[in-house]
Amino acid sequence: MTTYSSAILEGYRYLLTNHPNVFCIGQGLWSPWYVGETMTDLEKDFGTARIIDTPVSEQACTGIALGAALTGYRPVVTHPRMDFAILALDQIVNQAAKWSSMFGGQTKAPVTYRLIINRGGEQGAQHSQALHAWLAHVPGLRVVMPATPADARDLLIAAVMSDDPVAYIDDRWLYELDSELPAIRELDLSQLGPAILAEGSDITLVGAGYSAHLCVQTRELLAREGISCEVIDLRVLNPFEPSVIVESVQATGRLCVIDGGWRTCGVAGEVIAAVAEKVPPATWRMSPFRITLPDAPAPTSKALEDIYYPRADGIRDAVLVALEREVSR
Amino acid sequence: MTLWLGELANPLAFTGPVDADPLGAELSFKFLERMIVIRRVEETVAQMVASGEAKCPCHLAIGQEAIAVGVAAHLNPRDRVFGAHRSHSIFLALGGKPERLFGEILGKDSGSSRGMGGSMHLFEPSIGLLGTVPIVAATVPIAAGAALAAKMDGGSDIAATFFGDGATEEGVFHETLNVAAVKQLPLLFVCENNLFSSHLHISLRQPFDSVVRFAAANGMPGKLVDGNDVVTVWKTASELVARARNGGGPAMLEAVTYRWLGHVGHRDDIDVGVRRKDELGLWKKRDPIERLAHGIVESGMYTTADLEALDATVVVAVNTALDKARRADYPPTSLLFDAVYSRVADGRTD
Repeated sequence: MTTYSSAILEGYRYLLTNHPNVFCIGQGLWSPWYVGETMTDLEKDFGTARIIDTPVSEQACTGIALGAALTGYRPVVTHPRMDFAILALDQIVNQAAKWSSMFGGQTKAPVTYRLIINRGGEQGAQHSQALHAWLAHVPGLRVVMPATPADARDLLIAAVMSDDPVAYIDDRWLYELDSELPAIRELDLSQLGPAILAEGSDITLVGAGYSAHLCVQTRELLAREGISCEVIDLRVLNPFEPSVIVESVQATGRLCVIDGGWRTCGVAGEVIAAVAEKVPPATWRMSPFRITLPDAPAPTSKALEDIYYPRADGIRDAVLVALEREVSR
Repeated sequence: MTLWLGELANPLAFTGPVDADPLGAELSFKFLERMIVIRRVEETVAQMVASGEAKCPCHLAIGQEAIAVGVAAHLNPRDRVFGAHRSHSIFLALGGKPERLFGEILGKDSGSSRGMGGSMHLFEPSIGLLGTVPIVAATVPIAAGAALAAKMDGGSDIAATFFGDGATEEGVFHETLNVAAVKQLPLLFVCENNLFSSHLHISLRQPFDSVVRFAAANGMPGKLVDGNDVVTVWKTASELVARARNGGGPAMLEAVTYRWLGHVGHRDDIDVGVRRKDELGLWKKRDPIERLAHGIVESGMYTTADLEALDATVVVAVNTALDKARRADYPPTSLLFDAVYSRVADGRTD
């Protein structure tokens, strides 16, 4: 069995061993506590010239990675908390994401931004954010969120081997999740998209990253109530290809989207809209709905955190309420 | 530590002919030719803006020609050059073809960025120009990354980042100076200090008017020169480039100049520019082209008639280039989507 965090480490080891033009840059890469166990000893095994710990300069270091990507390398920039990547957004959104388009497709920017969602534990408003929806809004920037140990490893490899800038967003709440891993395959990121994580027939549950894991937990709870859930893991948020979800909803007629980001202009709303455009009204057995973070900054107090983050039992209850409403209608 | 530009900011000083002897006949003629190409191309673009033919924002470098020419002489196509919004001069100084620049400004498929970038987004890897962008200071860290890559490659290639005095007010500029120094990157910082950022004079933006002080603060050599003297720029850049190539780390060149036109477009901005009205006429007497031409004639290498003939040749070539660009096709509409994600097989496309 391999944990999600060990799987990330395996991904790095594979990349650094097999691709000499891969290097890692970011704050805390030589520290045991910044990025959990996901990069342990890489600087010892691959050298500090390839595992580069940096001054406290998010924007410069993110730009440096782009410059190296334009000249033959495949850097991975790590922002150990996604919140701090906001300081580097010019380099991600204005520069890397547009580099191919604004220069007529004559160049490429194979840079990976590893952005870690690191929330809970009373860390508060500036240490807990999940901003994947912002990034998924930007054409030219691929966005992936692994929900399983296999994807934690293989999407990292696919992101780094992609010729485009990629935001790879992992979640520390998944680090202990474990499973058997298949052999490593280098996947073509442009061919990947949402995938069915578990089959079912009554309702389609959709999530990305930790939210996909919540969908799996919810599926188990609802199975005890005699309800069969199909779980779809978004995996790739941008460019977004909804056909797998559309197909599932055409069979179930019901859709609930879970998201660890805020509600307004979020990923859950985008998924529902994209599916609603394709699934005819007569197919729907109930209105699609979403369960997201409330539109408030993350609290610190434990009592408030308990109501802030969606949990499987709450999602189960929401689905049951929606189904009851459908029956009584 | 140098804090003030002193006489370099006084337009009444440094107006005489430059000493062209160190260049020799061949190089001085080449430098003059490149500077005249820049001048005539920029004048042409100004007319295109005035007539409405050029719609994209065009930031012209008339008056600033010497800096790009003096620095570019030490760079080769393996080096990695990045610029900002006012980069036509860099493109042409590196040897970019006027036809490709005109094409880009007109949004044509024949342009250096296939018409997808316009004046502010130039890309010509065959001459080492890996990108220019208008987000102020944005290419400074990108150039540092290209320098890091050059260092990892283990050769003697370097990166050069051209920026204006306004860029030194951006945080990322200082972040990059620090990282470049601590990682000893082969990177040349070239500040074209034209005293203005958009409409605002540097005295209203910074406590001192020389930016080379930021080199000292980061423990790297910084040289302050007359940016309208191509020979001095060339000599000083030679030293700093050689140092970077030989593993000596980053350095900064601050070259003082003045733009004759406004921040953007064909007008001179006298109506909006602080201090411009009093100074512009004086600064035109520190014309980098006139000063080199005088120096060449004084040295006896060429006659005034030779140089007039050169100018006439350049004018014909520039007009021919514009004609070609005008006749070129627009990019296929499919490029709108085809270029969002990469379809390039290898890293650098040169």
